[in-house]
Amino acid sequence: MRERFIYDPFVLPFMAGFIYILIYLFAGIIKTVKELPYEDRKKLGKSIFSRKIFVSIKEIFIECLIHRKIWKRNPVLGYMHMSIAFGWFMLIILGHLEVQLYCPDRVKLPYFPIFFRYFMMETETTLKGSLLFFLMDFFLLMVLTGIGLAIYKRINSRLMGMRRTTKLKIGDSIAVYTLWAIFPLRLLAESFTSGISGGSFLTRGFGLVFESFVHNEALIRPMWWAYSIALGAFFFALPFSRFMHIPTEILLIVLRNAGIKSRKTNAGYGNIELYSCSRCGICIDACQMSSAAHLDRKTTVYFMRMLRDEKGNIEEAAQQCLMCGRCVDACPVGIDSCRLKQNVRRSGSFHSPQQYQYIPPAETIRTDVLYFAGCMSHVTPGIEKAMRTIFEKAGVNYRMMDEGGGICCGRPVMLLGQEESAAVLIRKNTDIILQSNAKLLVTSCPICFKVFNEEYDLPIPVMHHTQYIEQLLDTGKISVNHTGLSVVYHDPCDLGRNSGGIYQPPRQVLYQVAYVMGNPNEREKSLCCGASVGNAVLTNDQRRKIARDALEKLTEEHPDILVTACPLCKKTFAGAGTQQVEDIAQIVVKAMDQ
Amino acid sequence: MKPDFGYSINQSQKIDLDQTPKDVAAFVLRFEPSFAICIGCGTCMATCSAGHFTHFNLRMAQLMVMRGQIKKIHEDIEKCMLCGKCQMLCPRGVNTRNVVLAIHRFTHPLSRT
Repeated sequence: MRERFIYDPFVLPFMAGFIYILIYLFAGIIKTVKELPYEDRKKLGKSIFSRKIFVSIKEIFIECLIHRKIWKRNPVLGYMHMSIAFGWFMLIILGHLEVQLYCPDRVKLPYFPIFFRYFMMETETTLKGSLLFFLMDFFLLMVLTGIGLAIYKRINSRLMGMRRTTKLKIGDSIAVYTLWAIFPLRLLAESFTSGISGGSFLTRGFGLVFESFVHNEALIRPMWWAYSIALGAFFFALPFSRFMHIPTEILLIVLRNAGIKSRKTNAGYGNIELYSCSRCGICIDACQMSSAAHLDRKTTVYFMRMLRDEKGNIEEAAQQCLMCGRCVDACPVGIDSCRLKQNVRRSGSFHSPQQYQYIPPAETIRTDVLYFAGCMSHVTPGIEKAMRTIFEKAGVNYRMMDEGGGICCGRPVMLLGQEESAAVLIRKNTDIILQSNAKLLVTSCPICFKVFNEEYDLPIPVMHHTQYIEQLLDTGKISVNHTGLSVVYHDPCDLGRNSGGIYQPPRQVLYQVAYVMGNPNEREKSLCCGASVGNAVLTNDQRRKIARDALEKLTEEHPDILVTACPLCKKTFAGAGTQQVEDIAQIVVKAMDQ
Repeated sequence: MKPDFGYSINQSQKIDLDQTPKDVAAFVLRFEPSFAICIGCGTCMATCSAGHFTHFNLRMAQLMVMRGQIKKIHEDIEKCMLCGKCQMLCPRGVNTRNVVLAIHRFTHPLSRT
């Protein structure tokens, strides 16, 4: 073992790219941290010097290298991501280990571990050498299998459980093709050099095969040049490509674990989320606008790309979303894309100061339990009627807050970005609630439930009627008999996914009154009914397609009744097919009458 | 002095369709094409939350858009709370929320694109 060279001009493309990307990342981190509000910066500083940093390191290892979330989604897709990320990481680590073991004084040369086999005449005669050679070849093979799968994914993505993948743009294409080229070129370069510097099963084997028909010595330097150029080109393309997510996701994990959250502007944390999007395209299949209405280009991944590049009609892209949160749940990086969209919607909206001044001052309603049916329950009066029956049977002192038609809770206007207008509605509703002296607010509509919980500053608890009915059953205030009916429960987006996961209370109620059939699209995976108030742009025809598709998927097992807990979903599903659809309150009343 | 009995002659209600501005209707139709299939049945106004408190009436708004009565629409349309009941019940499948947003956008010059 001895050193052959310490420098060769072929290292220059790699070094140029390497220095460029280092400067870019350093400047990016400084800019992002500067953009964070003071309190977030404080949180970040504190977390770096606390135990939280170990949690972050663990998460970085599991998510950025092993890609656990993608493994859970599809093992082949998980292996593809892991083999490239973890394999490359191990090649870097082992490369540095080699330098440390054989020539520690060269550690300060960044290119040395990368092109180690060119610079060192090393053999596998020692145990140390053969083990390192074996490991290097093993991880190179691992990366190569991943690259092979990635290439195959471009032809047939269904193997990896993906119906559609993201279309590439120029920056992405350059980065993808250089990334695909890096490792085969490394294999060739090392194989041609293996006659001089040794190698293991892969590089030595390939070297011997090539030796039989070409003169390896002559091809050594061209191959190392090609390998170095591929690396350099990849680094130069990185900031303009989806692969920027590799360094950015690490920062995102650290910020998230420091307790920093997305705010009402996309600067700082939002920007990091934006750059952390790997454009893997998992959200395309998750989005029902794509799967049911074939609006692939309206999905989150394309919105994120437009926002990042500041190109195209970003406002329109932000509006074209059901805000159901399925993409947020599916995202392996954990990007809250709905919030990013909401921020764009907010910035593009307008407000009139005189708006809603016509709403009369709050009328005082004195009661213990205040019931807010919500706009949508007024067009599905069966729910309101059922709730009245339940209240009366339970002997609760209740009053309806919006009897004969009240005002909106504010979430629909808010979802369209007009938050100042929503604030007027919130103030008016808050006045009614405060004057009532009620101890509890019950609502039938998940849309209202979410806004009451998150945007209203109420001194009393807010319950969705599913939670309230569960409480009444638990305390024995009402009793039910089993109806013998088979039902499938549909989790409304704003009650489940978007409200921190209220999945169990409705099920606890349903178990007592019917046979609840399982469904692949339940809980976090629940489907949007298509009529979401989050999207004003979608045509009614497209909405119908989504509703029919969701109904079909939910009723595959042919239940007697499809039960939901949202008046909007109830009305939509009822109009989408012949399936009997009922609200949970209605089926409870049915069980009480028997 | 003439006695005032509280009666007067009504102002002319004549609308000359050749003279009315058509840009608002064109804008709304471009923004939300389903506006064209509205038959003015009035289901939307029957369920309207804002209509419960005011004279806001989406059916009238539709007529005013067609007639180009921008000033009146501007005052009226802002009363809408965008709750979506009208859209849910519309028998023709008109995307009424987007119609309201289109009118908003037209009457709000800064946001017109």
